Amino acid sequence: MTGTDRKFGIAEILLLFSVLVLVIVVAVPILLIFWNAVVVDGGLNIAGIVKVLSEPDVFQAVVNSLVIAGAVTVVSTVLGVFFAWLVSRTDLPFKETMKLLFLVPFMLPSFIGAIAWKMLLSPRAGLVNKWFMGLFGLEQPLFNIYSLGGIIAVESMYLFPFVFIQVSGALERMDPTLEESARISGAGLLTITRRVTLPLMLPSIAAGALLVALYSLAHFGVPAVLGTEAAIFNIPTLIYQKIYASGGRFEAIRAGTILSSILVTAAALILYAQNLILTAGRFQVIAGKSVRPMLLKLRGLKYPLLSLSVLYIAITVLLPTVTIFLVALLRTYGLSFSLENMTLHNITYILFTMKLTKDAIWNSFYLSLAAALVTMLVGTLISYVIVKMRVRGKFLLEFLGLLPFSVPGTVIALGVILMWSGKFGVNLYNTAWIIFVAYIARYMAFALKSTSAALEQVGDSLEEAARACGATHWQAMKDVVLPLIKPGMMAAFFLIFLPALRELTTSVLLYGPTTRTIGVAIYALNEDGETVYAAALSAVALFIIIVGHWVIKRITGTTKIGGAS
Amino acid sequence: MTAHVILRNVTKRFGSVVAVDNLNLEIARGECLSLLGPSGCGKTTTLRMLAGFEDLDEGEILVGDRVISSRFKNYYLPPEKRDFGMVFQAFAVWPHLSVFDNVAFPLQIRGLSRPEIREKTTKALTYTGLLDVRDSYPNELSGGQKQRIALARSISFNPTVMLLDEPLSNLDPKMREVMRFEIKELQKRFNFTIIYVTHDQAEAMALSDRIVVMDFGALIQQDDTPVNVYLRPANKFVFSFIGLSNFLAVELADGRIYLQGAREAGPVTAAVPPHAPGKPPTLACRPAEIEMVPTGGVRGVVTRRVLLGDIIDYRVQVGPTEVRVQRNVRKPVFSEEDQCGLVFSALHWYDESGARVPTP
Repeated sequence: MTGTDRKFGIAEILLLFSVLVLVIVVAVPILLIFWNAVVVDGGLNIAGIVKVLSEPDVFQAVVNSLVIAGAVTVVSTVLGVFFAWLVSRTDLPFKETMKLLFLVPFMLPSFIGAIAWKMLLSPRAGLVNKWFMGLFGLEQPLFNIYSLGGIIAVESMYLFPFVFIQVSGALERMDPTLEESARISGAGLLTITRRVTLPLMLPSIAAGALLVALYSLAHFGVPAVLGTEAAIFNIPTLIYQKIYASGGRFEAIRAGTILSSILVTAAALILYAQNLILTAGRFQVIAGKSVRPMLLKLRGLKYPLLSLSVLYIAITVLLPTVTIFLVALLRTYGLSFSLENMTLHNITYILFTMKLTKDAIWNSFYLSLAAALVTMLVGTLISYVIVKMRVRGKFLLEFLGLLPFSVPGTVIALGVILMWSGKFGVNLYNTAWIIFVAYIARYMAFALKSTSAALEQVGDSLEEAARACGATHWQAMKDVVLPLIKPGMMAAFFLIFLPALRELTTSVLLYGPTTRTIGVAIYALNEDGETVYAAALSAVALFIIIVGHWVIKRITGTTKIGGAS
Repeated sequence: MTAHVILRNVTKRFGSVVAVDNLNLEIARGECLSLLGPSGCGKTTTLRMLAGFEDLDEGEILVGDRVISSRFKNYYLPPEKRDFGMVFQAFAVWPHLSVFDNVAFPLQIRGLSRPEIREKTTKALTYTGLLDVRDSYPNELSGGQKQRIALARSISFNPTVMLLDEPLSNLDPKMREVMRFEIKELQKRFNFTIIYVTHDQAEAMALSDRIVVMDFGALIQQDDTPVNVYLRPANKFVFSFIGLSNFLAVELADGRIYLQGAREAGPVTAAVPPHAPGKPPTLACRPAEIEMVPTGGVRGVVTRRVLLGDIIDYRVQVGPTEVRVQRNVRKPVFSEEDQCGLVFSALHWYDESGARVPTP
């Protein structure tokens, strides 16, 4: 007989391969960061760490990061819980449409939003500020977007959907009889909300809030666009600033590793807290049978609240998007939006003439495509080993699989620089490869999440039934498992491809003279005052993103129908 | 007896589906009434209208002489003001509250003083056997205990009306029997009116003073005591819903009854029921009410035999008709392809419309 007592089979090879990928792509870069932060010339560098942290600008950046993340978390949670409650527990008109609209900020790049808000609310030239000052003959602007408040407001607009998704999902899955039994016990809606609904939602709210905290703490785009002008730095922008200003000197990179270590530690703590809350709070509140949930009748407040929601979407989504498109069409920035000032020249110029933007579009396109394809395939393999295979040493892979979730983009970039700039025999610095490797590390979490979710849906018995019918392991995989998880793999592909297309945080630390990406190009054009070109490239990016999401919806829509039959 | 809960011309539609079609019902004080019917027949919708979770499309609901729901007056007393106890199928106990806090909740809502809450909660916990686990959380307890929490919570404030929505169907069969008994005990002690929704006829039989059998649209098929529902099913629907059934077409010759197309098998010994000329009614009987004998009776051949533990389930072919028979396993056993005779007893007759024909 073959196969019964072999020590090293296909399962072990797959496990080893998966472990190797995660070690090389994620684990070693992170270890290098910690190592370089702590060890200098073979000795512990505690004094160096203390020195870096006690520099006023570093200390201020840590404080800013905490203040911004704290405030963004509070604002996003309030917004997310309120809107989630509104669309899933009241008789708000056009609920389904509103629900989709509240998710739109998710797909828009926040740094493009920040550029738009800069156009609208920068203290001198901001359109809204100018209009406001003209209207009342004032010297003072309505609102200065170059401030902590501005950064917090813009980040919250783009991060609140994390809370919204968690809470509206939980509200919809909750067993409505939990609320009905409170009602029949004599409690009114306010009491029920306070004493039953909110406590039951608390784990979901906390999970969403911690996700916001995690993203905000490590967020680069918005503070980079809005903070630099007013010398407001958070940890990621300070890392960029130090490395950029020093031209990549090792002292700057060392300071970066110390700041990165703080970020990774904070992220790990946040994820740990989230995990604790989710396991401790795993109440069985899933409905037994489908009963329509109790809906609060808004009565007179129905249309005021609908107007409020529509106004919110109009201001946070529509206004910045329209601003970008309009500025993209202006002959020169600062002209009024009248038809004779409009031209398509900017668009054709950045698409067909300007080398910087042409290169950037091409680079982003093939880098995202390659990264999405490779990450999706490798992610599927890793998920398969984690979810489906019984093999010794799997715990190692499970642990490594958690790493990508806790590593911010800035940290990945730094780790990749340490790993691939020649110290270990391979020098990818200033090539597209280094960005490619960084993208894989950055987006592995997305691939693992959606493919493992898809694999968990496929019961073991389906594969076993195929084996019992005489299929080999490979045939069962090919004919049963793969077709069933195909929608999950497609989702993973697009979940990586679209964000990678407009990635900024990681690329901005890794780009070389010929390897700028769309995100880097927009950022650079904006910094250089080429506002109309920045807007034009942003408009192109937004257009691609919107079309991309439409395509996803078409694809996932049709595969869902196919999967249901 | 005075009516305690009254439903008058109650109708409820969901889109084009009439879930409850002009239902009229009166429930006496202290009565235990079961709404029995297949799933989707409208019994749960009826209960939810009673509780106040659903509005009415027509009609009104009264408790005593007080209107609590009325389409005509467009008046609906909200559920929290109805002072009803209610127990749900999926328990609906709050996972974030301890057993004690779950049961104390309605009392806290009613603004009772601390000592009063403690006293009444302890009482409800005692009667439901939960006193020892009062500080536990629901997730640490079994399904039976969760349903006890729900029961304790609904009786803690001494409601006069108790609504139960298939409260036992998520429990295992043994627990179900225990809980049936406990619900009955609680009713004796507190003397509330019970309206009990179930699709399980055994549950309805065991608990109720009165059973209302419903078909789709909450159309009442029979409204009677459990014994009458079992012994004298008002129509074919009730007969087949209450237990296993044979519906046998018959023909008449020389004043005798034969199974259709099987005159050579011999006559069924029973009096011919009254019927319209040329249209004999359908014979209905329970598989357990048929005796199998080696000689005599209506002759047939055993085609299938299945052991179901205590009983053996036979299929006997009589001419073109298949008859289902169930006998105790300790009685003489017939094998497949054996000849046997069937002796029918406890016969019921239903006419073409399905209505009961009185036995002569």
